Amino acid sequence: MKNDLLIKICMGTGGLAAGGSEVMDAFKKQLRVKGIKADISKHCSIHRVGCRGLCAKDVLVDIILNNVKTTYQFIKPYMVERIIEEHVINGNPVEEWAVTEDYHQFHNKQIKVVLSDCGNIDPEDIESYLNVGGYDALKQVISTMSPKDTIEIIKKSGLRGRGGAGFPTGVKWEICFKETSSQKYIICNADEGDPGAFMDRSVIEGNPHAVIEGMIIGAYSTGADKGYVYIRAEYPLAVERLKKALNQARQNKFLGKNILGKKFDFDIKIKLGAGAFVCGEETALIASIEGQRGMPRAKPPFPVYKGLWEKPTVINNVETLANVPYIIRNGAEWYSSFGTEKSKGTKVFALTGKIKNSGLIEVPMGIPLREIIYDIGGGIENNMAFKAVQTGGPSGGCIPADLLDIKVDYESLAQVGSIVGSGGMVVLDENDCMVNIAKFFLQFTQSESCGKCIPCRIGTKRLLEILERITCGKGREGDIELLEDLANDVKATSLCGLGQTAPNPILSTIRYFRDEYEAHITKKKCPAGVCKDLLSYVVIAEFCKGCGACKRVCPSSAISGEKKAVHKIDPDLCVKCGACFEACKFKAIGKG
Amino acid sequence: MEKTLEKLYVDYENNEGNIISLLQDIQNEFGYIPEDAVNWFSVKLDIPASRFFGIATFYAQFHLAPRGKNIITTCCGTACHVKGSERLLNGLIKELDLPEGEHTTTDKEFTLEKVNCVGACSIAPVVIINKKVHGKVSADNLMKEVRKLKDKEVEK
Amino acid sequence: MIDLKINGIPVSVPEGTTVLDAARFADIPIPTLCHHPKLSPYGGCRLCIVEIKGVPRPVTSCTTPVSAGMEVTTTNPNIEKLRRTILELLLSDHPNDCMVCEKAGDCTLQELAYFYGVRENRFAGERRIYTKRDGNPFLERDMEKCILCGKCVRICDEVQGVGAIDIAYRGFTAKVCPPFEKDLNCEFCGQCVSVCPTGALTGKMWGQKGRQKDIKEVDTTCQYCGCGCSLTLHVKRNEVIRVSSRENTINEGWLCPKGRFGYSFINSPERLTKPLIRISPKDKSEVKSQKSEKNSSLVTRHSSLFREASWDEALDLVASKFKKIKGKYGPDSIGGLASARCTNEENYLFQKFMRAAIGTNNVDHCARY
Repeated sequence: MKNDLLIKICMGTGGLAAGGSEVMDAFKKQLRVKGIKADISKHCSIHRVGCRGLCAKDVLVDIILNNVKTTYQFIKPYMVERIIEEHVINGNPVEEWAVTEDYHQFHNKQIKVVLSDCGNIDPEDIESYLNVGGYDALKQVISTMSPKDTIEIIKKSGLRGRGGAGFPTGVKWEICFKETSSQKYIICNADEGDPGAFMDRSVIEGNPHAVIEGMIIGAYSTGADKGYVYIRAEYPLAVERLKKALNQARQNKFLGKNILGKKFDFDIKIKLGAGAFVCGEETALIASIEGQRGMPRAKPPFPVYKGLWEKPTVINNVETLANVPYIIRNGAEWYSSFGTEKSKGTKVFALTGKIKNSGLIEVPMGIPLREIIYDIGGGIENNMAFKAVQTGGPSGGCIPADLLDIKVDYESLAQVGSIVGSGGMVVLDENDCMVNIAKFFLQFTQSESCGKCIPCRIGTKRLLEILERITCGKGREGDIELLEDLANDVKATSLCGLGQTAPNPILSTIRYFRDEYEAHITKKKCPAGVCKDLLSYVVIAEFCKGCGACKRVCPSSAISGEKKAVHKIDPDLCVKCGACFEACKFKAIGKG
Repeated sequence: MEKTLEKLYVDYENNEGNIISLLQDIQNEFGYIPEDAVNWFSVKLDIPASRFFGIATFYAQFHLAPRGKNIITTCCGTACHVKGSERLLNGLIKELDLPEGEHTTTDKEFTLEKVNCVGACSIAPVVIINKKVHGKVSADNLMKEVRKLKDKEVEK
Repeated sequence: MIDLKINGIPVSVPEGTTVLDAARFADIPIPTLCHHPKLSPYGGCRLCIVEIKGVPRPVTSCTTPVSAGMEVTTTNPNIEKLRRTILELLLSDHPNDCMVCEKAGDCTLQELAYFYGVRENRFAGERRIYTKRDGNPFLERDMEKCILCGKCVRICDEVQGVGAIDIAYRGFTAKVCPPFEKDLNCEFCGQCVSVCPTGALTGKMWGQKGRQKDIKEVDTTCQYCGCGCSLTLHVKRNEVIRVSSRENTINEGWLCPKGRFGYSFINSPERLTKPLIRISPKDKSEVKSQKSEKNSSLVTRHSSLFREASWDEALDLVASKFKKIKGKYGPDSIGGLASARCTNEENYLFQKFMRAAIGTNNVDHCARY
């Protein structure tokens, strides 16, 4: 009983939603009740840890006993007592609750740089980060390297901006370094607005100090003495952990005046975003930090010459900055050994949608898409057929099944009409309608358009209207060509990245799924059975057992039928919500 | 109100605030952005009220009218969308009996909001009820939760 | 000086000049809606896009500074197609009621639609529907016609320093409005009206008085105060129906509410056109009898009764009264107050008259107060 015991409980947003803090309380209580406290309290500690990627299996708990780690999945508070009794006290892990093969498979093909400490260390404790080599890179940079040396390493590593555009980070730093100005700024862009992307949130929740360390190194290299983290208010946990981390960094003299005893001052402030997707765009972000409406302005001048309050400003994404300490510690060659010729290193993706192992992954650039979907992701949920994967969110595009073997890097994805973007990957299956997906993204960009320039303000609205009429069966001959034409014009004339990329989901779905558009327009049918107005639900008499499940869930009382007799749907009352379709256990509801 | 505003003004001065942070503070204090507060600060800071209004209506975070006691936020990100968030939203509108085009129930008990993405995509669909994140939500579970809240109100 | 080529023509302009200004300097037209030479650059309408050799996408010429060796193309089929699409989009969200619009004939949007021949609209769809409200007597705001060029917001902020309006909301629902969408409550200088490229902002008193084609423009100087702003009176059938000011004037085209909207006195029926002499109370009985005979030369004004007189009679009367007062109480019992609305020469003559003819230094001027 004198052995070391370490319990790690996943407490990111996913873990907490699944009941992470209740599980933690249960562990604390059980340890007390079982009297383990008396024996091993000195050696026993419970760590909250950030996201380790596989949130779909939360709450995940690591029990590390005698340096042997056992990971449990789907842990609920009531399970804790048995784990303590059988595993901790008697030394027999509870096999039936331990993670299954796919958990390991999920991790096997990943290479973790940014995420290497996420899920391992306690994000609210700087000691935990220091124990794994945290802030060593900063110490090394400040005591032995000039800003030029540091920039050289980052340039050599091939690190490119992970926010979407992929601009070489070292080059950006160098430009800023060369600008002569008494005041420079560095901004960490944590306004992760792409729906379906949560890399930045997870990194800040799991390892906020890596981001801070990267930012300090960035400030040292560029000559900035003030930093801002612009973070979404929708991420309360990340904000809280970042605040704590900043305070700890200040106490440890990593921030403030004369950092680590050298003549180098730098501090970081948090600016909360107020809910506008367009603020992910550099110039809009700057306007927002200055306290204005987040409307972009024309570039040039680029922010690195004239940014925040007209001063040279470097803006880096969370993941980009979190890479920096690891690159400095392990060397540029180590980092550039991952990835492809032009896209170096690793990239974090948020793998979601109709995929078995939905979660956060980090893979080397250039990995075939197929490996991500089938080896790491474990394939499609419910054994449905893969249809496409949407990358890059509202600025990106769809990659269809026959392109599954392409490599995932900046150049290859651009070639097929999509983008790496910030790293969202939403997997779609046969039940997803591609016109509907395009409409979803246009609804998003249209409502997030700032309204400054005409092509984006009115153009996205018109694009959406055309998509709406197609999905409700009022599509006209020539609508596809009209969409393409307007989409290209909006791309060419919009002021900022939002409008310039907003038509991408339309262009890419037309490119690969033109037949679906045509089916909607000419046959007035939605092949995937998604678009309500083109659907009707019927009871298939030979399968119906008369169980009444459909009748109970129907919100509009459109279903009638006696018990054990075949039911009927009244098409005039049916609101096509699909509840009956899902409720029926006998596949007796048909749609088409 | 005056006292609270004075306090916010001091914070604003001390923390080199701007209009956005000020509006965030005002909303934290009152739950929404009252017109009087804007006018008070407009005079105090010599910033036109039109600018406050322009900013308050630009960002989704700000509310110009009081909200309900219970706030239900459905995530409408891509992952949640493909996993049926729209149906949850429609179910909630029906369950709460929301008037057309409104976000708050007439008795001011519930406010229903949409959010673009809370970044919890791997547990989609996600609904946040009074700041607690619920993942992998089904329509049944959600309605149960909402009814629980409704019953609480009745008990009171 | 920076040397560049626009449409193959060599142009030399000072550093910091925008491509748009350089083109205008070379007399090469580029259409714009949101640009104003005296306001900060905006880059919102996107009509001024040009192609620059080596730059992958079209850029707005109003925000791009020139650089040495730049090769600019301001027009080609691709650029014109993009401009046409932008106009089509704008007109798809516009009332298109030029037939009754105050601004017709003087409207940049109308002019561009004509030039680009936008007739059918491929993008017809939802339009913004706003009701007109504003109780003020000066500014008419028809926000359905607003194209959100932001010029009114910028002039109100950057030139007037008032900030009565700002752009609120966002995307398709963005609109220019006073705080909390209340009625406009400002100085009513009408500067916003002067820069509006469409019929969204007009003068209330302009309504149905006449459009640009009927107007004779008369340049004059404003007499309200000592600034001496240049005015351009818009005259139709000998009636001033609105006032504007040209950009290249001492006042740079800017005006105040009095200069812009205070012209109704010109054609007012209350305006004095002939000398009037007050009828003394003892003559009232006489008046009554005269009135019954419908004597039209009698005027009632401000509860007094006046009768029309000739200049000779009126001036004789004034002179005799002055003499009488001066004789009885001395010259210093008389004081003279002149008007800022007189010319310098008139004011000179007035003080000369007071000093030399009356014999007093009691002369003053309303502009002192």
